[in-house]
Formats: sequence, structure tokens, C-alpha cells
Amino acid sequence: MINGILGIKMGMTQLFGKDGMVIPATVIKAGPCLVIQKKTAANDGYNAVQLGLVEFVSGRRVNKAMAGHFKKGNVAPVRFLREFRLTDSAEETKVGSKVLVDQFSTKDEVDVTGVSKGKGFAGLVKRHNFGGGAATHGSMFHRAPGSIGASAFPSRVLKGMRAAGHMGQERVTAKNLHVVKVDVENNLLIVKGAVPGANGGYLIIKKNKRTAG
Amino acid sequence: MNALNTVEKGEMRINLPAFRVGDTVRVHVKIKEGDKERIQIFEGIVIARKNGDLRSTFTVRKISFGQGVERIFPLHSPVIEQIEVVRKGRVRRAKLYYLRNLKGKAAKIKETKAG
Repeated sequence: MINGILGIKMGMTQLFGKDGMVIPATVIKAGPCLVIQKKTAANDGYNAVQLGLVEFVSGRRVNKAMAGHFKKGNVAPVRFLREFRLTDSAEETKVGSKVLVDQFSTKDEVDVTGVSKGKGFAGLVKRHNFGGGAATHGSMFHRAPGSIGASAFPSRVLKGMRAAGHMGQERVTAKNLHVVKVDVENNLLIVKGAVPGANGGYLIIKKNKRTAG
Repeated sequence: MNALNTVEKGEMRINLPAFRVGDTVRVHVKIKEGDKERIQIFEGIVIARKNGDLRSTFTVRKISFGQGVERIFPLHSPVIEQIEVVRKGRVRRAKLYYLRNLKGKAAKIKETKAG
């Protein structure tokens, strides 16, 4: 049993709950995915499947190494490949078989992993939620870090001191999102709340521990 | 059609009457009290409509016991049982926020001749 799927974030909207409450929702184009490769404990030391998100990929975009990899599984080239661990040897999954969004239901909760939006070189107020100082009334302290340590002892800045730097564009997982709706026909998965990254970004969707259990 | 439109179109209501800013409407709102459900009517002038498929809303303003009250309804909300158009109004603005500063007769809106 593969407890997950790959997808693309389409964007956010809102849906109405049973009692008329508005539910913030993210629409994910989830799958269809193909099993590109199977990894077994005997061969690779662990049990897993490599899934590929089916979408059009120009032949020019596929290098020789990857072309060979796809040829081995006798599948069309894909751009986004990720591995999913299998709990047991689970022989029923074959290379080339499809993984669809119909594995999810509205009772499920999922963990969605993506790459967050890049914020560039960000200061401390934005990056570490520092308070900052007053903007006016003669304040000479606006968004600066303040003191970063003592003087003669220890004569250095302690490791891990929060500082300005690159923010965003990193792997982020939004956990325990409720599945609001599943549209099998259009391969759409609608979850409650926001997921990491920009619209059009690739996502890894896994059932959370309770759901997969 | 992109995926977002597909989702939104599927959830939208199609039995809504045509009404515009300036119209007077009676909005029948379902209210749940425990396990009983009843209808409450909110009647007033539509002072704004915000469009966005499923995310559309409209704002209704009325004077209740001398106090201005505004309610923003999601147009496609299942809480709305029915929208009745009582009067068509003739206005020259898309948003009638200026009514908030007017009282009594000045806050009246002319009816369209066609009705």
C-alpha cells in the first residue's frame, strides 16, 4: 500500500461546510502518478517505490541517464520523481502501475511537503519575528538586531545566534491537513488550509500517521 | 478550464435572483438553534457586491432601531435560504458606502422607473 501521492499546487479558494461555515481550501492537482521503480530490501536494503507525476515532458528535457531509467520501467518520462517507503515488501505494486487520488477520502488527514516561497536575504524582524523598535518619536533603534553578546567574555559570538540571512525556498511540511474533498475524475485533492510554496509548485502528499495507521 | 474554476463552479448556486447594488432585498437566513432550524429575514439595501465566483459576497445595510447595521453575506452560502428583491433602486455608484454618512430621507434611494 502506497500512502501518498505527488501533486501540483493549483491555488487557494474557499468552500462551504455543512453548517455554512467557510472553509479555506487549497486545490491540489494530485496525480495520476506512475510507479517508475521498485526498491526491495534484498536489492537496495529497504522497501520503497519511486513515483513519477505524469505530465508532458519534452524529449529534449530528458538526459541520457534518465531516459535509460524510464526505459527500464517502460514508462513515459516525467519531471518530478519521489520515493515513498513501503512498510512491508508489498508485492502488489508493479512498475508502471498507476497511483491515483482515489486512495484519499474526506476522513483523512494528510501531511503536505513543498518548497516554500523564497524571501531572499531577510532581516531579523521578518526572519525570526524580532520585535524591532519604534519607528518615530526620536527612536534610533528600528529593525537592527540589538546586542548579540557580551564583550571580553566570551570574546566571540555564540554559535546559533539568530541573524539576518536567506529565508524561504526550503523544504516545509504542513502537517495534519484535513481532506475536504476528493475529485477523482479531475484528479483533484482539496485540503483545508494552506500548503507550502507558490501556485504551480510540486508537492508530496502523505497520509499522516493516524490515517495511514 | 483550470482546476480552481472546476472546483468553484461545482459548488456555486444557480438559483440566485438577479439583483444589483441599490436594490432592496430580503435575505432569508437559516439559523440553527440546537437541533431546530428557523428562518430569519434580513431586509435592507444592497450597498456593495464583490465578485469572485464562489467567493462573491454582498453587503446589506439596514437601520435597526435607529442604528445602522450591515451584514456581509457570501453569495453562494448554503445558509441563505432565499433572496427576495423587494425594490429596484437607481444608483450611480458601484459601492454605496456614502449611505453610512446619511440619515433619514437623504439616505433614500430612488426606485427605477421600469421597476
